[in-house]
Amino acid sequence: MNYEELLVQTASADERFVVMTAENRALVRSAPKLLGKRFIDTGITEQTMIGMAAGLALRGRIPVVHALAPFLTMRAYEFIRTDVGIAHLPVKLSGYIPGFLSDGNGPTHQAIEDVAIMRGIPGMEVFCPADEDDLVRMLPAIWQSDAPSYVRINHKQGRYKHADFEKGKAEIISEGSDVTLLTYGFLFNNTMEAKQLLEKEGLSVGLVNMRSLKPVDEASIIRCATNSKLLVTIEDHLQTGGLYSIVAETLVNQPHKAAIFPMALKERWFKPGLLNEVLAFEGFTPNAIAATILKQL
Amino acid sequence: MTKNKLAELMARSLKVREHIIRMTAGGGCFIGASLSCVELMVYLYSELLNIDADDLQNPARDYLFLSKGHDVPALYGTLAELGFIETSRLQQHLLAADSVYWHPNRNIPGVEFHSGSLGHLPAVAAGVALDCKLKDQPNQVMVITGDGELNEGSVWESLLVANAYQLNNLTIIVDRNQFQANIRTEELIPLEPLADKFAAFGCAVRSIDGHDLSQLEATFKTLPFSDNKVNVIIANTVRGKGLPSIEARVDRWFCAFNDNEILQLLEELHGNKEAIIESESLTVR
Repeated sequence: MNYEELLVQTASADERFVVMTAENRALVRSAPKLLGKRFIDTGITEQTMIGMAAGLALRGRIPVVHALAPFLTMRAYEFIRTDVGIAHLPVKLSGYIPGFLSDGNGPTHQAIEDVAIMRGIPGMEVFCPADEDDLVRMLPAIWQSDAPSYVRINHKQGRYKHADFEKGKAEIISEGSDVTLLTYGFLFNNTMEAKQLLEKEGLSVGLVNMRSLKPVDEASIIRCATNSKLLVTIEDHLQTGGLYSIVAETLVNQPHKAAIFPMALKERWFKPGLLNEVLAFEGFTPNAIAATILKQL
Repeated sequence: MTKNKLAELMARSLKVREHIIRMTAGGGCFIGASLSCVELMVYLYSELLNIDADDLQNPARDYLFLSKGHDVPALYGTLAELGFIETSRLQQHLLAADSVYWHPNRNIPGVEFHSGSLGHLPAVAAGVALDCKLKDQPNQVMVITGDGELNEGSVWESLLVANAYQLNNLTIIVDRNQFQANIRTEELIPLEPLADKFAAFGCAVRSIDGHDLSQLEATFKTLPFSDNKVNVIIANTVRGKGLPSIEARVDRWFCAFNDNEILQLLEELHGNKEAIIESESLTVR
């Protein structure tokens, strides 16, 4: 089942759900036909869409809201924070093309601070699936919850069959004593390939899918920092406010022996291009990730 | 409107103004913008809105949203007079032990949603109105905005969308008191011709005297104004209405008065001697 099928099935079975979009229909093409008036396209109006979603939620609806991640999280930020956040309404934000997935669009379309700003809203939950399998595993729990949430939508096909989702729990793929790679979202796949390259070098490598960034699995972070010599955070996000910050916040008051090394965008937008070009230029191919990490060991 | 009804609502409006004046003690409140919408609040809650103080979550109720927010003393005074909240709670104004502060919040029975950041509640109300339509329910959904608030683009964006969805169960009431925080609206970002602007955005517009209870009734009773347009009522009002010493004065927006001044203002409200205000009262919040 893909995102759209799960969404339409969920909304068809439960009248509380409404599907909203700020005229971004890529993920919801079949919704107008199948959901009728419970499909609400507000046009290119992210602020109004979020305000209306809050109003619909006040009336008992569960709005699942779609827009491109940068416009959803930033154009409408104060509406999310003030109308959804303060009232703690179950509005479900689906941000499309987050991080590197905006590939050739350029910096206007790069949501690379979305994790930072969304997790800064009290009560807002933040999830970043590794691929479509991970996405579809996590959505039922997220959509049925009473909390507002932001999901970095990633429906790329992966090669890994994920474990069942539990909010606040990381998915431990492997544990390793030399280095543990902590990642989330689209970079999971390349990080897993990098892990195999590092293992060929004779290293003991851990890999963790940090699919639930808020609430976050602090216990797993602490355990990795105790059992590994090096933690590497790998994310298509600014270095400030994302996973590197979360790990730092978690460990600053914990005894740990691991060094922590960030792979992220430091005070800059990424070079736009087709996705493979971006990954090569920014150093996030499996080979580049492995080479960067080897230099740290 | 019958003479008796008019007298009853006028007396209630006077009581609400007394509450507002008293809320300028101990830290102050946005007195000018509160006094301008008293008749609106009193008329809507007393006569029009289907809201039962004992059944505030009834999904069939009508909704009133305060989008400008800082006029909340007028709402609290009205809710107290109509028994939604204990009058004694107004004396808890600005105490951390209660939730009676400068902007509305849902800890106060009868408040549908918080506000304070301008330009938000037209969209929130449109969401509520849309849900009422989806459920085929006849609820009316009303929003009171300030006129200064109309600087915010989100108001106009919301109107585009609400008219696209033909929400004729949504009514935007503009408290047109001619002032924003520090200056007359027409001296900063001119709004006129305001009715034409709303009409151009697809709304059905009426412009009335917002202090004339009979006009309020004559206008609100004819809602909806069409079968497919958002209703807009421009209520022409006077900032600080009821107190000649502060009416339509740019420096009487947020006011904190001392006990003596409050006593004088209460006298002035009842048509006696004009108050002499000595407190520093131009406070930018």
